[in-house]
Amino acid sequence: MGDSIIKIKVLGLILLVAVSIFIYYKIPLTKGLDIQGGTRLVLQAEDSATVSVGEESISGVVAVVRNRIDALGVTEPTIQKKGDKQVIVELPGVKDPDHAIKILGETALMEFVEAEWAPADEKLLTAEKIKALYGENARLAKVEDEKNGAATSERLIVLKTTVLTGADLKGAWPGVDQYGNPVVDIEFNSKGAGTFANVTERNVGRPIAIILDKKVISAPSVREPIPSGKAQISGGFTTQQMRDLVVQLRGGALPVPVKIVETKIVGPTLGKDSLDKSKFAGLIGIIAIVIFMVAYYRLPGFLADISLLVYFFLTIAVLCLLRTTLTLPGIAGFLLSIGMAVDANIIIFERLKEELQAGKNLRMAVDTSFHRAFTAILDSNVTTLIAAATLFWLGTGTIKGFAVTLSVGIIISMFTAIVITKFLMDLMIDWKLAEDEKSPLLYRGFGK
Amino acid sequence: MNINIVGRYRLWFSISAVLMMLGLFGFSYNYLVRGKLMNFGIDFTGGTEITLRFDEKASIGNHIGEVRGVLTRFTLKDNVIQLTGEKDLTIRTEPLESDTRSRIIGELQKQFGGVELLEADTIGPVIGKELRTQAFWALLLATLGILIYVSFRFQFKYAVAATIALWHDAFITIGLVALLWKSVDVAFIAAILTILGYSINDTIVIFDRIRENLLKPVKGVVDFEAVTNLSVTQTMARSINTVLTVLFVNVCLFVFGGVTLKDFAFVLLIGFTLGTYSSIFIASPLLVLMEKNFGKQKVRRAR
Repeated sequence: MGDSIIKIKVLGLILLVAVSIFIYYKIPLTKGLDIQGGTRLVLQAEDSATVSVGEESISGVVAVVRNRIDALGVTEPTIQKKGDKQVIVELPGVKDPDHAIKILGETALMEFVEAEWAPADEKLLTAEKIKALYGENARLAKVEDEKNGAATSERLIVLKTTVLTGADLKGAWPGVDQYGNPVVDIEFNSKGAGTFANVTERNVGRPIAIILDKKVISAPSVREPIPSGKAQISGGFTTQQMRDLVVQLRGGALPVPVKIVETKIVGPTLGKDSLDKSKFAGLIGIIAIVIFMVAYYRLPGFLADISLLVYFFLTIAVLCLLRTTLTLPGIAGFLLSIGMAVDANIIIFERLKEELQAGKNLRMAVDTSFHRAFTAILDSNVTTLIAAATLFWLGTGTIKGFAVTLSVGIIISMFTAIVITKFLMDLMIDWKLAEDEKSPLLYRGFGK
Repeated sequence: MNINIVGRYRLWFSISAVLMMLGLFGFSYNYLVRGKLMNFGIDFTGGTEITLRFDEKASIGNHIGEVRGVLTRFTLKDNVIQLTGEKDLTIRTEPLESDTRSRIIGELQKQFGGVELLEADTIGPVIGKELRTQAFWALLLATLGILIYVSFRFQFKYAVAATIALWHDAFITIGLVALLWKSVDVAFIAAILTILGYSINDTIVIFDRIRENLLKPVKGVVDFEAVTNLSVTQTMARSINTVLTVLFVNVCLFVFGGVTLKDFAFVLLIGFTLGTYSSIFIASPLLVLMEKNFGKQKVRRAR
């Protein structure tokens, strides 16, 4: 190689490492839930009586869940669809996972229903009689008087027709009634306000039931028509319940009910613990590889170690660029790929040994060994990639991270082990670091 | 130096048969005594798993009976309580609602003082079933992909020999995991797939050498068996060294890694070691046997 070409290549190599380190600091890897702690939920949408799960309703679920999470004030949540029925929600660093689970899992379908108090001989009422007396949609329900979340007494009410829902609301705010109890202030949008005015006008003296997820939370009697579209919901809430309801009303109701089929909560201690341990384990493993390569393959082994160092920075930079989330299996995949990254060099160096034994001179032997080893390296790496791709497809969350780091690692290792090591070996010959094929810097037991 | 490895195939196959029998024994013992084939985790069965860290003073290791007592009050099914560290306890039980879970933790807190939630997973039975199907397809698909690629790059019989060796590795690994009653979860499936993908590398290196040696005749090496023997010997050092570097990392993860990665590294450790063994002692003799029985290929008339 000409002197200037060498200089350019060496500079390029240094630049590559420098850029990689720059990228690492510029675009830091996001830590996964298993490392920084947090909550992961899988919501599965279920058919309701009127709506079956489909593209539209799932998108609706995602939108509503996002609204609620925003209202909860979680930073950097991820919400994504999985398959046709599931939504995966990841909430990093949530302090009270149970609260989040409760808020996200409820449908929060609010209904305003025209109603009447059941007559005194309620025990005699059957479903058929109610339908005959109050109309086709009428049904019997219980109203529990609650104080601070505990039921104190209950009455029966006949629900007639749903006139408004949470979808007709313009907004919801926390408030207090004249006795200082927590209530939710609501305001209907213009269409809702019109309907509400009509409904209150024709129901003066009768109750309007406010139903949340099929449960009557209160049934205030209408004293006079309300044209303003403003109302107050008091259901004997605790302050926490009131706040949750505001969050849910603002976020809107889920278009279909969801069931939480998977929860994962990771406390902050565990993640930190595991990360530190993995880092330590990885460090020891890398040191062992580096020492082994030098001990067994001497100078070429040392050059392979330099390539490995380039590999290390380059892979991390690519993972940063791909916006990969750093998970524990991901770290395991990366560490394994470091062990695999020197494989190509081992294959080449063993080949080099043979070529030298066959009597070739150093330069020719190096060229032939890289050339001959290529098919074996390519074929073996492609098969590993096939398995990694399958893993990616199987991938639930963290396992996907493993598949990604492994695949990226394999591809980059082919580059560093073949291109960069070859360049360094050529340098070794040009700079006469290893004089000839009998140099003690090459292999143990050489030249016999 | 030329070791006759292929000729002693009866010995190698017997060793593998013994290892497989160990696995089969593990399966039958588990099935008859413990009631299920393997120690399936909640990923497969559905359920709740809670890992808690207790206060040092509680010396929780001596009070597992009391923890069981607390669980009994909640009338839960399928409880397994396991010490996973000096201060750490893992409870596995049926799928719990989140408020039941907090109530249980609250009870334990009352009884033992400072309890910290390290991790809590709940997986519905539906998800577990999905995973079983997915895992099955993933294993099938990975093998099929490898089979097709190797057929394309080499020949069909090379692919068959390599795939049989792979399944040999996977089966023995799964069997040993069953025998040792190690927990089987998603990470285990990932480990098996990784073993499938990585263990074949050594086989490829040997086959690549056979492919090459068939093209340029070596003095005194006349038939396919001799070519294979020569190729195995020539590539022995790289077969061992390549897996060695990966095993360095694995051993470190196993010894120093956190609980989550320990079992994962353990499975890989078994699988990768078997992978190198099977490349040399199973795949290569198999290829020769297939060549003898079905092949028409002559040395020097390669590909």
